Amino acid sequence: MVTKAPQAPTATHTEPVGPSAAMAPTAPAESATAPAPTALEARLHALAGSVPDPELPVLSLAELGVLRSVRVGATGHVDVELTPTYTGCPAIEAMSADIEQVLREDGQDDVTVRTVLSPAWSTDDISAEGRRKLAEFGIAPPRPHAAEGPIPLTLTVRCPHCGSTDTELLSRFSSTACKALRRCVTCREPFDHFKEL
Amino acid sequence: MTPTPTTPAPSATEAAPAATPAPDAPAVHTAALALGDDALVLSHRLGEWAGHAPVLEEEVALANIALDLLGQARVLLSLAGDEDELAYLREERSFRNLQLVEQPNGDFAHTIARQLYFSVYQNLMYGQLAATDSPLAPLAAKAVKEVAYHQDHAEQWTLRLGDGTAESHERMQRGVDALWRFTGEMFAPVAGLDLDREALREQWTATVTAVLQKATLTVPEGPQSGAWTAGAGREGLHTESFGRMLAEMQHLHRSHPGASW
Repeated sequence: MVTKAPQAPTATHTEPVGPSAAMAPTAPAESATAPAPTALEARLHALAGSVPDPELPVLSLAELGVLRSVRVGATGHVDVELTPTYTGCPAIEAMSADIEQVLREDGQDDVTVRTVLSPAWSTDDISAEGRRKLAEFGIAPPRPHAAEGPIPLTLTVRCPHCGSTDTELLSRFSSTACKALRRCVTCREPFDHFKEL
Repeated sequence: MTPTPTTPAPSATEAAPAATPAPDAPAVHTAALALGDDALVLSHRLGEWAGHAPVLEEEVALANIALDLLGQARVLLSLAGDEDELAYLREERSFRNLQLVEQPNGDFAHTIARQLYFSVYQNLMYGQLAATDSPLAPLAAKAVKEVAYHQDHAEQWTLRLGDGTAESHERMQRGVDALWRFTGEMFAPVAGLDLDREALREQWTATVTAVLQKATLTVPEGPQSGAWTAGAGREGLHTESFGRMLAEMQHLHRSHPGASW
């Protein structure tokens, strides 16, 4: 049975919501009129984006698509916006700490990493390079969403080991909330599949 | 929701019920508390399966669903006040969750029946909420995608157990029947939640009916709330087992305020 995921309009909501008081206070999210990043912002963005994901270290945060913005204020304050893959993802706190550390090592003393929920992260935010690395790591990458419509739960997922498309679902939830457990019918190897979200 | 040094817990003497929103708190606090408590309490119930689930895959699945719900609870309770105070220092009568989610796990079929009823509700409710301009909308827009997987998990198990062996069929029917009387509460009005409750009820009934029929189960016909339930969970009235669940959930924080690891 295919479950229809309601397509939530997200672009109109800009109120960021942090899961913990430590990540408050909130401020308006980047709007379409936000000024273009300065050279310093671009450099810090690249630096923060190069931090590896704590649970999938083959991916950088930039490749995972969770780094939303890096802004530098007039007083040198660095404001970083991060979005969780899943609302309850415990890795978000490690990500925040890692970003803070890498920016401090760069000499930025005043750093705030905030968690924003809107617009909601989607597996479509994982870059092409990120997908390639996932497959290389033995995790079947998420399939792209159709422009409209349901989560394509019943479409084929390719085995990251032998490339066979003859694979079966063992469990909708695997080692982390973002993955499902599957098995390849051809090579018999079990593997994780990064679920579409 | 681990107590951390950044959120100092009040000492035992000043563990006041200040965490509960004041009567004149904005309606959105009431809504955030109701939905946050639903997520928190069900998360704890599902966590009780750790070490007891019938197979390893289900152990992991239920824990993952619990984690999703805990994440939602943290965001929602933070909108209503301090998440740790709200979770760990409120008395039973201050919780605003549905009685459905506090029901004991029972056997696996019983838990799946609870998951089916609640995840269908949560999916529809978050879907509606995401389209509003409520401060809860960003969370709803994110959570609805997670809940779609919870609903799929519950539906697949309902089909497998209902249309399985005579034993699994009987147990699934028993779970569906036993929890039916807690389902009416989901469609009661909640301050700060501007939802089309009629549409919610219709869609919930249609979805659950279709799944149960496909699973060769009988859709319960009894009342969807007991005569004694009054305002029920949303008014702070809870069932007997909830107090024991809270005692376990709050024990560590109350015994060791500010503990962290």
